Amino acid sequence: MRAAVLQFPGSNGDTDALIALRSLPGVSADLLWHEETSVKGFDLIVLPGGFSYGDYLRCGAIARFSPIMQAVKESAAEGTFILGICNGFQILCEAKLLPGTLIANRNLLFCCQEQIVRVETDDSPFTKNITSQSLLHLPIAHGEGCYVADEATRAQLNLNHQVLLRYADATGKASKEANPNGSLENIAGICNLERNIFGLMPHPERACEELLGSCDGRGIFESILTMLQDQQ
Amino acid sequence: MITPALVAQHGLSPAEYEKILSILGREPNLEELGVFSVMWSEHCSYKNSRLELRKFPTSGEKVLVKAGEENAGVIDIGDGWAVAFKIESHNHPSAVEPFQGAATGVGGIIRDIFTMGARPVFLLNSLRFGPIDGDSQRARDNRHLFSGVVAGIGHYGNSIGVPTIGGEVYFDPSYNGNPLVNAFCLGILRHEQIARGAAQGIGNPIFYVGAETGRDGLAGAAFASRELTEESKADRPAVQVGDPFREKLLLEACLELLATGCVAGIQDMGAAGLTCSTCETASRGGTGVEIDLNLVPKRSADLTSYELLLSESQERMLVIVKKGEEATLQRIFEKWELPYALIGHVTDDGKMRVKRGDRVIVDIPARVLADEAPLYQPEAALLKQPLPLDLTTLREADPITALHQLLAYPSIASKQWVWRQYDHTVQTGTVVPPGSDAAVFYVREAKKFLAATSDCNALYCSLDPYEGAKIAMAEAARNLACSGARPIGATDNLNFGNPHKPEIFMELRAAIEGISEGCRAFNIPVTGGNVSLYNESQLSAIDPTPTVALVGLIEKQEEITTQYFKEPGDIIFLLGEFGSELGGSHYLLISHGRKEGLPPRINFAHEKAIHEELLALIQGGFVQSAHDCSEGGLAVALAEACFGNSNKTDTRLLGASIDLGRRDIRSDVALFNESQSRIIFSTPAHKAPEVEKKLQSSGLPFSRLGVVTQQEELIIELDQKTYNWQTKILYHSWSTAIPQMMNRLN
Repeated sequence: MRAAVLQFPGSNGDTDALIALRSLPGVSADLLWHEETSVKGFDLIVLPGGFSYGDYLRCGAIARFSPIMQAVKESAAEGTFILGICNGFQILCEAKLLPGTLIANRNLLFCCQEQIVRVETDDSPFTKNITSQSLLHLPIAHGEGCYVADEATRAQLNLNHQVLLRYADATGKASKEANPNGSLENIAGICNLERNIFGLMPHPERACEELLGSCDGRGIFESILTMLQDQQ
Repeated sequence: MITPALVAQHGLSPAEYEKILSILGREPNLEELGVFSVMWSEHCSYKNSRLELRKFPTSGEKVLVKAGEENAGVIDIGDGWAVAFKIESHNHPSAVEPFQGAATGVGGIIRDIFTMGARPVFLLNSLRFGPIDGDSQRARDNRHLFSGVVAGIGHYGNSIGVPTIGGEVYFDPSYNGNPLVNAFCLGILRHEQIARGAAQGIGNPIFYVGAETGRDGLAGAAFASRELTEESKADRPAVQVGDPFREKLLLEACLELLATGCVAGIQDMGAAGLTCSTCETASRGGTGVEIDLNLVPKRSADLTSYELLLSESQERMLVIVKKGEEATLQRIFEKWELPYALIGHVTDDGKMRVKRGDRVIVDIPARVLADEAPLYQPEAALLKQPLPLDLTTLREADPITALHQLLAYPSIASKQWVWRQYDHTVQTGTVVPPGSDAAVFYVREAKKFLAATSDCNALYCSLDPYEGAKIAMAEAARNLACSGARPIGATDNLNFGNPHKPEIFMELRAAIEGISEGCRAFNIPVTGGNVSLYNESQLSAIDPTPTVALVGLIEKQEEITTQYFKEPGDIIFLLGEFGSELGGSHYLLISHGRKEGLPPRINFAHEKAIHEELLALIQGGFVQSAHDCSEGGLAVALAEACFGNSNKTDTRLLGASIDLGRRDIRSDVALFNESQSRIIFSTPAHKAPEVEKKLQSSGLPFSRLGVVTQQEELIIELDQKTYNWQTKILYHSWSTAIPQMMNRLN
């Protein structure tokens, strides 16, 4: 697999994503500067965490106008896998590649902690290798991770099984107490209707080795690998 | 025309003004007076503390850059790798504008590190506030300061992507109106990457890079060198505004530039901005510097020369490039979309010369300005030994209630509310996150495990600054040992009141001597740090707070140790004495409202032997958990070890069954004394006999205390009485204390 990690000037999770991808067998990963105008030739494009252009206005609001995002849109339309992590998820929503938006956490405080998320379906390229309803322990670290969308949009998301991850407690219940940021319906990650674009607030790339306390993020990257192998 | 009133307004004494006249051989103009005023402020010149600071041990075979030589010290960690680290205060700005004050404190210390050519890899912070509980206006103010400072630190560190992995927070009335915000940063670099802040090479071009200069932070260094008054709020323009995105760009651009090898000298514009960076680089280089203010990027065209020279706008650097390499700098700064301007060149006349167009505005010998500030040795009072506590005057509090009270006291209670607001997972190196004795970080490129902690029990220091400072060092080293690390270097932040008060200067001197003794005992250098004086509000001076941050190395991954009990059935040992010192203890403070007595004594030889023994056991694979006994003594340490790692979603509470045997002492003394050099650790049951044998042959005092239990109860037997706490309820007291105080409406 050839993966590209986009590098906006304020990205700070770019190296983390590179390290995680390169730890997988058979994966090559490169950084792509935000002024690039083509993302051709890559199987997976990762929009990493960070503060793309400072994000003083609204997270991702400026990034969506960057030259590279036009190229990402074109590749997405051709079916390339796109993974937006944290700030990357915010950018995908701002760019309208995913529905809904991410607003400030309900208690207005930045929240960094280990978080349990429930995998809602294995019917996606990003969760293919993970048993449906299983629980992943992933770090979250964001100030604006509260997912909101109007009722009709959420109905569509549910109907089409586009919600891939929900915040849950240790018993697997998507309870109010387990919701770290006030996201509607405990939504932690969604994909588009075509299922090739996935955005999530948790950080799977920070949970790919025992040393860091969890390997649960690997499943997401390995699913993409499996999917690509199956396609060949 | 320079009037005596104008001189006084600039915080310069008549004698200092006389010295200026003799240096210049003429009257200074207003700009020059401003330049002298900031360069000779305590913040920049250390004029009241420099003679004392010379007592610190600063050399060692691992020292690559010594304290005071550059922006931060550099220590060798092996295999061609080195670390640069330093702690610095932003107390006064944070008192006036907590969010920006703290944020720019983080920004400043990060710049100090990458100026050295190092990539910043983690942050710590050490914070002090007045009490945050209750409905009084003062408590509300303290909550406002606390929440603002924490949010500001998070804002800057999270955005720039440097994880904040540890620190400490204490609360005490002495910090009412004068909080302490000390920020620490550590960076990693190859030996050959060390960058210097010297203006080298006559004729080399001098570039200004980074954010445009504005009016923010005007003369902040001078502001930081005064006591805080009611009018200080009017000094809000002296507080800078931070832009972490700009700093991120600046960090990447500077590291990229340094990697090209075209840089002859680099210096950040921190305190005293353009003034300090130009005269210091010239002084270090033994050269002169000439710049033209018309060429400086400005936020507003009408900035006066005085403002340009004294502004402390953030995210700016001075870079001296080797002649002919100008295009390299231009290419890199254009890539990162940062302002840059060629503003001058290095000269051979030793002068700091500032022009505006053709007009010379400042013409001062650089070395005299930077290095020859007047030095003072203020009068010191005699060190007073506090009276020992008379136990007969002390009612024995109910231990059951007392432990709950201790755990719910904000200084001891869980700080998760704080560090949840800091991204501590970015850069995927945090192996032991905040909450344990020391944080542990894996520096991937160097394949090294670093441990770091910051400590200072200012309650001890207020009673006995010498012993208190020694204990700060001992406790920091003990925290490192409990994580499996050996210390390699120290940085200190000396927070004190007005040094012209003899009792305060005595505190400062005693603390420096205490820290120095600790450094010699652990054979580590002070690599640099910061002095923050005049920490006084209208109410009082702060308790002397000589914060120390220690960095240590852990040899192998298997040796990384945390404070949390791991498995039921594991045997719990106490390494060290049972102890009996209650003076200056948190029990005395919290259960009896008394801040008095003789704080614990420390014997460094004994302390070091305890650490070495623990490390030998850790390296032998015997240790499941290790936790030092500090505030709240043995009982608090045991409870905290039962709580588990609150970072983990699957953490389970454990219990412990402890038998202290017949001691024939008061229960409060046994449970809550704060005698030093004590560590509780646990070991798998089958290894306990061998541990016991090893401890016996070490000759060190130790006791087998009991066993870790599945049942969520802390049971302590003492003198045929049984004390019993539900760990769940203890955990509740401990974990909800700060959130409950902070979640109230104002």
